[in-house]
Parts: sequence; C-alpha cells; structure tokens
Amino acid sequence: MNIPTLASCIAAGKSPSILFWVGCAGSFDQRAQRISKAFAHILQQVGIDFAILGKEECCTGDPARRAGNEFLFQMMAYQNIQTLNGYGVKKIVTTCPHCFNTLKNEYPELGGHYEVIHHTTLLQQLIDEGKIRLKEEGPFKGKRIVYHDSCYLGRANGIYEAPRVVLEMLDAELVEMKRCRSNGLCCGAGGAQMFKEEEKGTQRINKARTEEALETAASIVAAACPFCNTMLTDGIKGAEKEELVTVLDIAEIVEKGMITD
Amino acid sequence: MSPIQILEPLIFIALTIIAIGFVFKRGKIISKTIRLGRDEELKGPKSARWKNVFLLALGQQKMFRKPGVAILHLIVYAGFIIINIEIIEIILDGILGQHRLFAPLLGTVYPVLINSFEALALLVLLACIVFLIRRNLKSITRLQSADLNGWPRKDATIILGAEIILMSLFLIMNACDTLLQERGHLSYSEHPTGNFWISSLLHPLLSNWSTHSLVIAERASWWLHILGIYAFLNYLPYSKHLHIILAFPNAYYARLEPSGKMENMPAIQQEVIYAMQPELAPTDSNTSPPRFGARDVMDLSWKNLLDAYSCTECGRCSSACPANQTGKMLSPRKIMMDTRDRLEEVGQSIAKHGTWHDDSRALLHDYISVEEINACTTCNACVQECPVSINPLDIILQLRRNLVMEESNTPAEWATLFGNVENNFAPWKFNPEEREKWIESTK
Repeated sequence: MNIPTLASCIAAGKSPSILFWVGCAGSFDQRAQRISKAFAHILQQVGIDFAILGKEECCTGDPARRAGNEFLFQMMAYQNIQTLNGYGVKKIVTTCPHCFNTLKNEYPELGGHYEVIHHTTLLQQLIDEGKIRLKEEGPFKGKRIVYHDSCYLGRANGIYEAPRVVLEMLDAELVEMKRCRSNGLCCGAGGAQMFKEEEKGTQRINKARTEEALETAASIVAAACPFCNTMLTDGIKGAEKEELVTVLDIAEIVEKGMITD
Repeated sequence: MSPIQILEPLIFIALTIIAIGFVFKRGKIISKTIRLGRDEELKGPKSARWKNVFLLALGQQKMFRKPGVAILHLIVYAGFIIINIEIIEIILDGILGQHRLFAPLLGTVYPVLINSFEALALLVLLACIVFLIRRNLKSITRLQSADLNGWPRKDATIILGAEIILMSLFLIMNACDTLLQERGHLSYSEHPTGNFWISSLLHPLLSNWSTHSLVIAERASWWLHILGIYAFLNYLPYSKHLHIILAFPNAYYARLEPSGKMENMPAIQQEVIYAMQPELAPTDSNTSPPRFGARDVMDLSWKNLLDAYSCTECGRCSSACPANQTGKMLSPRKIMMDTRDRLEEVGQSIAKHGTWHDDSRALLHDYISVEEINACTTCNACVQECPVSINPLDIILQLRRNLVMEESNTPAEWATLFGNVENNFAPWKFNPEEREKWIESTK
C-alpha cells in the first residue's frame, strides 16, 4: 500500500481533497492499524485523492484534556493546528470518534477551522452516491450484526444513523442491543479510561457491554471507534466467545463487502 | 358583621404577606448564591433556548424516555398547576371575606371548572400514592440507592405526603360545602353550585354530621388547605421539589453546543501560545494566575450552580452511568447533591456573616472524592438522561482539572499517559518516527 503524506503532495504541487487523520490508535495499535488500512484501501478503490500527515500528526490531546491536563491538550492542539493551517487543510476524515470530536468541536475556538467528518458518514455518502458498490452475494449476507454506538459519535455528536445505514446495505440482519442509540452503554474506554485500570467496582464496564452484545446472538459486533473495538474484543475474549463473535469496524465490513477492481 | 367576620380576612391577609415574604427572601438568597459561580458565556440562538424551554421543561420531553412514569408525572404536574387556578379564588375569598366569589360571576361554567379541578385532584392524589408505593419498591434501584439515605428520602416522602393531604383537603372542603348548600345553611346556600362529581362521593361519610360540625370541618379544611399551600410554597425552595420552578430557566440556559465539546480554558490557551511564541508574551505579566478547574463551588460556573438547585434527585443519570452501574463509587446524582449541599453551606455562611469566611472545606475531597471523579468515562449518558437539562459531567471534568493541574493528583497510569503524549505525541510509548509504519505492516 502506498499512501502519500501531505508534505510530499504539497512538494509535488498537488493538493489532495481530503486529509485522512489516522489518529494514535489507527497508527500504533495493531488491531486499529487494520481499520486504517481497510479505510485507506476503500478510499483508494473509490479513487479519492487523499493524504495523511504521517510523522507530523500528533495526538489531538483528547485523553489528556479529559484526564484533566489542559496544558498538555493545549500544547497538542497548538502544534496540530499549526501543522494543519500551515498546509491549508480544508477537509478532514477520521476513523476515530475521539479525534473527530476534538477536531470538529474543540479546535475551532483555538483557531483550527476545518470540515471534519467521521469515516462512517463518508462511507454512507459514498454508498449513496454509488461510488461504493456492495456485492450481491457478499460475505455478510444473512449474518446477524449488532452495532455498538460510540459515545463520542452518538450522544456527543448526534451521529446514530450513518453507521446503521451502511450496515443496512449489506443484506445482513441488523439487530439492536437493549441499550442503543442515545441510551447506548459506554464500552468503558472514554474519558482517558482506556489508559488506566478501572476504579473498584462489581464489574468491568466492557464486560457489561459485551454481555449486552452477546445477548443479541449476533456473530458480528460492528464498531465505529478503535477504542470501543479493543474494549469489546477484550470482553468477548473474556467470555471465551471469540470463536463465535467477531468485532469489526464499519470500514472493515465495507471493505470486505464492496465490489473491488 | 361579627368580629370573627372582620378578623378572619385580616388574619388571612397577614398570613399571606408573611408567607409570600418568606418565599421571596429565600428566593433572593438562592439567586445570590447561584451568582457566586463564575461567569459563563451563553452561546447559541435564543430561539433554540426557547425551544428547549417548551420541549424539555414545559413538554417534559425527556421524561417520556420512560413513558409509564412520565404519564403519572404529567398528571401530578398538570394537575397541580391547573388546580392552582382555584387558588386565585380561594385567596380572593380570604382577602375579601367572601365565599365562592367566582360562582355568581361564572354561572354555569363554575361547576364545570370545579368538577374538572376535582377530577384532577383525584388523579394527582392517586398518582402520588402510586409514587409513594414505587419509592418503597425494592425493584427500582435508582430510588433505593444509598445516595438518598437520610434527608433526601424524607424530603421525597414529605413532598408526596403534602400533595396527598392538600388534594384531600380540597375535596373534603367541597364535600362539606355542598352538603351545607343542600341544608340551606347561611352563606353556603347563597350561590348554589350543585354537587361536584368527586367530592359528593364523600357525602355518605358526612351526612350524619351536625350542621355545626360541617361548618367547622369546611372552615378547617379551607384554612388548612390554603395554609398548607403557603407552607408548601415555603418548603419548596429548601427541597428537591424546587425543580418545578428551576427546570424552566435551566432548560433555557442549557448548553447548545455538541455535548462532546469541553469548555475551553482561555488562560491556559494563552500560556501555551506565549510559551510557543515568546514574542507575543506581554512584558508586564503581573496578572494573578487563574484557578485551574474547580476546587469549590465558587469555582464552578453559575450554570453549574443553577443545575445543582434544579436537581430533583430522580437518579436517571446514575442509572444510565456506566461507572455507577458497574459498582463504582461515582454517581452523577450524588455529584449534583454534593454540589448543592456545599453551595447551601457556603450560601448560608455568607447570609450569616455578610461575606465569605474560608471554612477550610471544599467541594473537592470534603464532599466528592478522587475515586468518584476518576471513574467517569465522559460518555455523556448522565447529560443525555437528565429531564431538566443538568450537566454533571461538566462539574466532574472541572474537578479533574483542579486535581491534575493544582494538586498533580492523578493515577500513575495517567501520569504515564501524559508523559507519552508529551514526549511521543501519542498516548503509548511508540517511536513517533514510526507513525506511518502501519502502511507497510502486513498484519
């Protein structure tokens, strides 16, 4: 796979139409790297002219800010906004709802104004426009899929439908957990919890959420966030159901289900 | 005119003035206490704010996330407000020493009105009984929670009890009145209204009573009813029941931005800009450093404090909270109750001394523990659930900011996280030079 950095594009006199913000999980976490690859592959298949920041991308500061370290957040934001504004970036797509929320809602008042969209929204648009075509007899036909709402996509930004619309295109049986959409239960990773042990309690949050997902008897849990993905994958391993249930990102599902050249 | 006929209105007027006076005094203290909070900029259009007032406060939209309870709640709420129209007549009767002042003015409409009030009164009464039973059912965990131990649970029982008593007095009063009309007793028969649907059901219980006893019962219910309302009015601003008023301003002032957005800290933003671009830094920097986040209620914004007074402790937030539901100490409802308790403590101290005397206590640590604050996943479920537009998350995050930036009090793993973000530009300790390595990885 060959993905250009924005620096190399600018040097070659090209200005890509959209920047793919990969995020720290998408860059470094082995599981999330597969999501980044799947999404980049889709963009290439569709012929979208995109680039990444590569080494110039830094953490948006989301976990630092939510853990209470505003200084560190402001430092990261400053650096990222300098980079993005320096390249005149107009449009950003990201596979991480936390990056999405920070870039879209928190950078504008710090001087970073961009059109930011989450990859599930972009995928829905591409399907609607007929640019992504899904296989008639795709690998998900007739399979039971349950979608887990990411807090930072759902409640935080009101995006409930785009991921579901994408999944509905697959001829799969889309089911819901008891708590879904604005009632959705968190996976346990938000607010920087991903990076520390939970406080003392009676159950782990990801276990509670995994139980709800398993109750639906779906064979695929669809996620739209790399952190939800990790939490639910761990939960399913903990329940020893990894043979029966797989957690997949919407991008991975689309990549597998789409007609490629 | 007998002396009692002259004295009665005078006593009534005096009591009315005292009752309303005390409510206003308490209201002023609350309003002053809320304004102890720091300023918060209101963003977004007024039209959206009014929409929230109509949908969330007046229309109780979020209550209908649990439709069964929502209908019962709507009955009590609508019933209570509509029946209060009758209070206008009762107060005017009291002041003017009249009886059923509106009956001759409204003619045939009058019995229709009173009949509807009675029907509502019965519905309110029944709904309150159901609520009392529900409160004591083991199956509704949010109402059994330890958050409510002590005064809060008593408060709820007092409110429901008061509503049941007031509604009963209203019905007894009408029952005695209409019986006295039938017997053609003095002023009661001057403006005959005919029997009312609900209260006439009490007639068999009262028909053996002497006319004298009925007059006493009617007068007693009339007085107890209106004095009960005055007492309730004065109890309201000390109770969780204050939500019936504050739900409206709280809906109006609710943040309109996406709930994922955290409030910016311009002082720190400036600091960072000056550190990165020293040429921009002012040379005469003798400004006092700002407080980082919130340590006590005065550090919170006035909207946070209005939130605290608007909370009716229903616990919908906590029953949606992933941390609370998995047995962690955090309870968003308790965050709001603690904020109000501390605020009351501060407000009363100021009302007593005129100014604030540091009592070496604070919201952080003395009321809310580090363990509670650190358990939050910032998932916004509590914010989403609150029927009266309260944001517990905002308070939690301000307390976290204080913990980290003023106390350096953070879990070891978060300290590592900060170090990684600062040095490796990612929350994990990976080589930043390898950020695009995923492109080549074949896994």
